[in-house]
Amino acid sequence: MFDTLASIIFSSVVQGIPLLFGATGEIITEKSGHLNLGIPGIMYVGGISGIVGGYLYEHFSTNPTAFLCIAIPLVSSLLGSGLMALIYSFLTVTLRANQNVTGLALTTFGTGVGNFLGGSLLNFFGESGSISLLTVSKYYKASFPFAEKLGPIGKIFFSYGFLAYLAVIIALLAHRFLKKTRAGLNLRAVGENPATADAAGINVTRYKYLATLIGGMIAGLGGLYFVMDYTGGTWTNNGFGDRGWLAIAIVIFALWRPAGAIFASIIFGGLYICAIFIPGLSSAQKELFKMTPYVVTIIVLVLTSIRNRRENQPPASLGLSYFREER
Amino acid sequence: MQKTDKTVREPLVHITKRPDMPLFPALLIRLCAILLALIICALIIFWLTGLNPLAVYKAMFEGSFSSTRKIWNFLQNTAMLLCIALAVTPAFRMRFWNLGAEGQVLVGGLASAAVMFYVRDSWPSWLLILVMLISALAAGIVWAGVPALFKANFGTNETLFTLMMNYVAIQLVTFFIAVWVPTGSGVLGVLNQQSQNGWLPAVFNQRYGLNVLIVGILTVVMFIYLRYSKHGYEISVVGESENTARYIGVNVKGVIIRTVVLSGAVAGLAGFLLMAGAAHTVTAELAGGNGFTAVLVSWLAKFNPLTMILTSMLIVFLQKGSGEIAQAFRLSSNISEIMTGIILFFIIGCEFFIRYRINFRKKAEEEK
Repeated sequence: MFDTLASIIFSSVVQGIPLLFGATGEIITEKSGHLNLGIPGIMYVGGISGIVGGYLYEHFSTNPTAFLCIAIPLVSSLLGSGLMALIYSFLTVTLRANQNVTGLALTTFGTGVGNFLGGSLLNFFGESGSISLLTVSKYYKASFPFAEKLGPIGKIFFSYGFLAYLAVIIALLAHRFLKKTRAGLNLRAVGENPATADAAGINVTRYKYLATLIGGMIAGLGGLYFVMDYTGGTWTNNGFGDRGWLAIAIVIFALWRPAGAIFASIIFGGLYICAIFIPGLSSAQKELFKMTPYVVTIIVLVLTSIRNRRENQPPASLGLSYFREER
Repeated sequence: MQKTDKTVREPLVHITKRPDMPLFPALLIRLCAILLALIICALIIFWLTGLNPLAVYKAMFEGSFSSTRKIWNFLQNTAMLLCIALAVTPAFRMRFWNLGAEGQVLVGGLASAAVMFYVRDSWPSWLLILVMLISALAAGIVWAGVPALFKANFGTNETLFTLMMNYVAIQLVTFFIAVWVPTGSGVLGVLNQQSQNGWLPAVFNQRYGLNVLIVGILTVVMFIYLRYSKHGYEISVVGESENTARYIGVNVKGVIIRTVVLSGAVAGLAGFLLMAGAAHTVTAELAGGNGFTAVLVSWLAKFNPLTMILTSMLIVFLQKGSGEIAQAFRLSSNISEIMTGIILFFIIGCEFFIRYRINFRKKAEEEK
């Protein structure tokens, strides 16, 4: 009984971590007033860039070291998702393009890049079969050695790869950053009313760029966690599924608070897989269960707008481009 | 030299808003952007395959126009994309960001499939088609109307709401397929394959003929509705400024709900046409991402239904063409998404140069 519970929580967390990365990244981005609907695409690119980096290292190195096995995919993933975020911020901040349109185009592009590279990476090197990075993913999957000895407690708390702990730490840091620091206050001011922030001497463009860039990179780590830890260094086309949109749903569910996103992600991760753990469900009922995260998000969205508490609202200028000379 | 020069630095570029650009230079800028994007795509393809880019573009052209069947497929895909773009347009002109077209199309298709599934051959074809159409429209209206009601009454963020509704719709479709197909294969299969009861009849001897015809008429009607009717005017005013609209006595809530209901109904119609006029079944892939692509089509055309004919043709041409390239040169077919993405980035980016003017810093001598 206790073991089952532990494995349910374990699976929920494992499902929740990619969502948490995505949600934290999107919260930081949205706090600057930019609704980045390209997050699903960015997460695909974050995943595939990690795969490409890891593959090249495994392919060309005769004696892989633990440090480089972790560092190379990590850095290439950050580069890939950072580049994607830069495309988005250049178009929406500098060129003031419509955010929804740019985001959707970015998602199309990113999913395409992910599936294209994932499908043809091996062909470029004259190999066949499917990608399987066992050496690299081993280091990503490594958890605390004492986890097994502690039974269910160890399973719940200590049996994840390092990226999972990183996700929680980043979310907590982001929460503190937004709530307690001067820069966080400035960022929130930019998202609420860029004209006022500008008048107060805050460099609006710089904040918007940095928020989108850092947010995109964090979200990309979600893709990296998925391909390296969850699937163990393999790539399946469209395997990441609609998790990127789920991450955007969590942002709403968590009311734009990164710390809340931690719990929200685990709950959503649980809802995503709970159908497996309930015995005797028909396949139709399982599909209904998969609907719950979205329905719950809609309910939260509606309730917050009805209660209309000021601290629970989306950033006021979310989705609007800022042009200084416009009244 | 005055001392204040040190503190006051003029930036290198200074951006100002342009008055409306005349049509011709605006078109020229867009054309340049597309050309530039095509050159970059050609470079990428050359780098990946080492093939002559011109041969690649020839293959691309053949993807849409090399046979009558391909031309009709091209027309069908364009018509469907155009129909969904028409659906989102009235809402967009009102600045109601309906990103839920994918879901609205799906429930439309699902509703007509449900009618066909339960009726099978027991009704005459015309009655079946009529009931299918009505239920598809109703489903689309419900799916768009719920977010609209909350938007109008409580100001609920419609972008996020409609976005989430897409995934509810997708799960709803997989749920019903699981209910209808007890084997658990998850594939419904073509309905009424033998009798073709409830299938849209062929027009001009083409199975897609009627779809193309209906969407063509709808485009013109939508253009007139948005441009010349009182409703169309109200939509534009609400989109420009809700306060102005309220001041001149427009019922803002009513306009929002009415317009989004129209939007949902057209999306439901698209679902019906896809189901009854082409697929004759329903899958979660029925809309195939066109609900999102339609947003781009509508935006690229500046929400003008007639221009949308061109933009939807452009997008479908690109998709078909890059699919053909992928097939001909044995690349993964996902190259088409990459190329579409690149071209979209350029078109999206070039709008800046149409709306704004870049003034470079003048030399100090001129300042005096």
